[in-house]
Order: sequence, then C-alpha cells, then structure tokens
Amino acid sequence: MRRRARFWPVALVLVIALSLEVAPLPSSLEYWRAPWVALAVIYWCMRQPGRYGVGVAWVIGLVLDVLKGSVLGEHALMLAVTAFLTVKFCQRLRVFPIWQQTATVSAIAAVYILIGMWIDGITGDMEGGFLRLAPILTAALVWPPVHWIGNRLIAPMVEA
Amino acid sequence: MFLRGPSLGARLVLLGIVSILLMYLDHRENHLDAVRNALSVAVYPVRVAVDLPSRALGWMAEAVTVRSRLLDDNRRLREERLQFLARLQRMEALQAENTRLRALLDSAPQVADRVLVANILSVDLDPFQHRLIIDKGSSDGAYIGQAMLDAGGIVGQITRVEPYSSEAILISDPGHATPVEINRNGLRTIALGTGDSSRIVLPYLPNNADIEADDLLVSSGLGGAFPPGYPVGRVLQVERVPGEPFANVTAEPTGALNREREVLLVWHRPARERAPTEETPASSSGEAAGADETAAPGETEQPAGQAVEANQ
Repeated sequence: MRRRARFWPVALVLVIALSLEVAPLPSSLEYWRAPWVALAVIYWCMRQPGRYGVGVAWVIGLVLDVLKGSVLGEHALMLAVTAFLTVKFCQRLRVFPIWQQTATVSAIAAVYILIGMWIDGITGDMEGGFLRLAPILTAALVWPPVHWIGNRLIAPMVEA
Repeated sequence: MFLRGPSLGARLVLLGIVSILLMYLDHRENHLDAVRNALSVAVYPVRVAVDLPSRALGWMAEAVTVRSRLLDDNRRLREERLQFLARLQRMEALQAENTRLRALLDSAPQVADRVLVANILSVDLDPFQHRLIIDKGSSDGAYIGQAMLDAGGIVGQITRVEPYSSEAILISDPGHATPVEINRNGLRTIALGTGDSSRIVLPYLPNNADIEADDLLVSSGLGGAFPPGYPVGRVLQVERVPGEPFANVTAEPTGALNREREVLLVWHRPARERAPTEETPASSSGEAAGADETAAPGETEQPAGQAVEANQ
C-alpha cells in the first residue's frame, strides 16, 4: 500500500519551520511565537506515522537545541514526547473534524511547552510566568491554516 | 502494523533517558562541546538564511538613500572624525602620563585593547533571555568570556563559541552580573540584569552609599571578564528605604542593547590571571560597604610582585 514517498518536501518544511522558530519578530510578539517545529513534527507523525516517529523527532530536537542555544537534549525530549503522543493518537486525529483536531493538537502542544518549562525550571532559567503558555494559544490559532496548507500543497508533492 | 523493532513506548523511554543524560552532561559538565560544534555547522545556514531578509532590507535602504542624505552623512561624519582626532591627541598625552604615574605606583599599566567588529545576526533565541548570535567564532579568535562593546559602552560577553558564530549574553539578562564601579568616587559594586533591556539594577549598595542619580558606572575590571574603565550604565534613580539594609538603585545601560547591529569584540589581558572570585554577590556587598574609604580602582591594591608578572 505504501508508495514511494519523496523526502525533500518534508526536509524543506523542516528547514522553513526551523527558520520560523528563530526568525526575528517585533518584541511585543516574540512571546507568542508558535512552536513551528513541533507543529511540523505533529503534522508528519499524523500523516505518515510509519516513516516519521519518535527517533526522527528526537534528532530534529537536537538540531533545534543547537539552533536555539538551549541545553542539549531539551527540545529533543520535548519533540520525542510530542511525536509519541501524535503517533499514539494518529488514527483518531486523522478522522477528527478540524475543530476537534485543533483542540487535540493544542493539548499536545501544551504537553510540549510544559515539558520545556519543567526543564527550564530545573536548569535554572525560569522567567516569564504565565506568558510562557502563550505559544499554546498561537499553536491552536495556526494549526487550521497549517493543516490546510499541508494537505493541499505539500502532501501532494510528497505522495505524488 | 507500522512498527518494527522495539515498541513505540520502549523507544520513547530509551530516548528520554538519553536526553536526560545529554542534558546532564551538557548542563553540569560541559562535555558536549564537540557535538554542539559539529551540529552548529549544520544549523549555520539556517541562521544566515533567517538573517538574510533584514540584511537585504538594510542593503536596500542603503541603495535607495538619496544623494543629499549621503552628503549630509558624509559631512557629519567628517566633522565627528575631526573632533575625535583632536580628542585623541590629548588622549595620547594623558595615556603617557597615566603610564608614568602607574609606574611610580608600581602597578600594572593598562594594556591597549585589540578590537574586532562583529555583526549581530537577527536571530531570536529564547524571548525570556537576552542572548544573541554574532557572526564571529573561534575561527576569528573569539573566546568564552570575551567582552562585547558598542559605541556607548559594554553590551555583554560571549558565552559559547562555535566555529563561525558565537552566542553572547547581554548585561540586561536576568542571569548576568557586571562588576562595576562609580566613576565619580570608585565605589565598587555589582550591576545585575533585569530582563528589561533598558534597565540594570544595583541591589548590593547599602543605604548610606555615596551614589546619586546621573552617576556614571564604569566596568571595574574585577573578575577579569571585562576590561576596566568602559562605561556600563548611568544611574537613573536611587531610592533609600529607611527600614531596608540596601538601597534600590536602578540604572540605564549606556550601550544600545537592543538597537545595534554591530558590536566590538575586545581582546584584553586581565591585570590578574586569578579565578574570578569577585563576581559573587556575597563578597561584593561586603566589599561595597568597605569601599568608601579605599576609594581607588582595584589595580592599586595588588602586590608589586604580581604587577611585575602582569607587566611582561
């Protein structure tokens, strides 16, 4: 059943997500940056759970750690858990209507953010308080368009 | 259906343990610099690509600037240059005098600092920390702890060196402390970042300390991280609460912490090669209290033997 799937669109999406993760934003918006890499990981784990899973997410997380200068392994752990949850729920996620899917994705994003807060708290950079939870809202806001673009533009390139 | 090899949960547990191990090694022991350096070469293109739009915008703005503006700029810069040159002439005489006086006092002369201009990549890291990426790394000779200045004063220091870029921390980061002294009377203390790039605080000054609004804070050079004598901030307000042991002093950094695109990296030889013990707050508060009578910069206190050693 599995056809030969192309790899480069997935890599391109990953590079774009990595760039968005550190792209300069106006200072009032920088707390509201969506967790782009996590969303990309959720999307591909939901779409092709056989190809992209916990291991790939973990390696991407290491790259993200170096890019953002965080403790090596922090984002790796966060993304591995994200991928785990998504693969567990992928059957259900795919048949959910979009609002229910958005709710589930923001729940997964919340787990991702909370693990990050927890690790930051342990390593000693705990600043910001409730503002740290802002990306969960942003994730819920951007998930429908991300999902639409993925399904309409990128998935055809991968599976054609 | 999808899985081969160990189950999903087993893989997660395994990777989780590896992650925690990695975090421990990286945070506690700093053993993973080689791994980080190798990966940083891989992410360097992403950083450059992210920086590209703002660089292109700057280039476009330069390209379409009108001629009259350029001429104005040119004239202004030439005038400024003349003024600076005039000031520099006097400065050379002063420096010679300073060296002579220091020789009389048997203390180390201040070594001329070598500088290099570095560009800040417009890359946002964590919004809750004041860190940035500059485009000079170990291939340019940058090192951990190197001081970073701009036209106004001290901006921060380098915390991590990669082959082609480095990560730096600003003096306004909540986790950063800058050893400073008041230019007017030499009173030494520590300036802490607040997380707001236009504020630093001086929490370890007693209520009776001789400090006023508009005092200039310069780097004291204690701790060896920063070269002495560069401006750090200007005191905004001093609030003395009678019941509290310490005064609330806030200052504004003189460097443009969130506006510059270029910084200067300074190579300086610290006057003493000892471990930076002065940077801990506990010793500084005691020192600040006792500093009123010894209103002199740190170098005069060191024994003569060490001064000779630093001279070579």
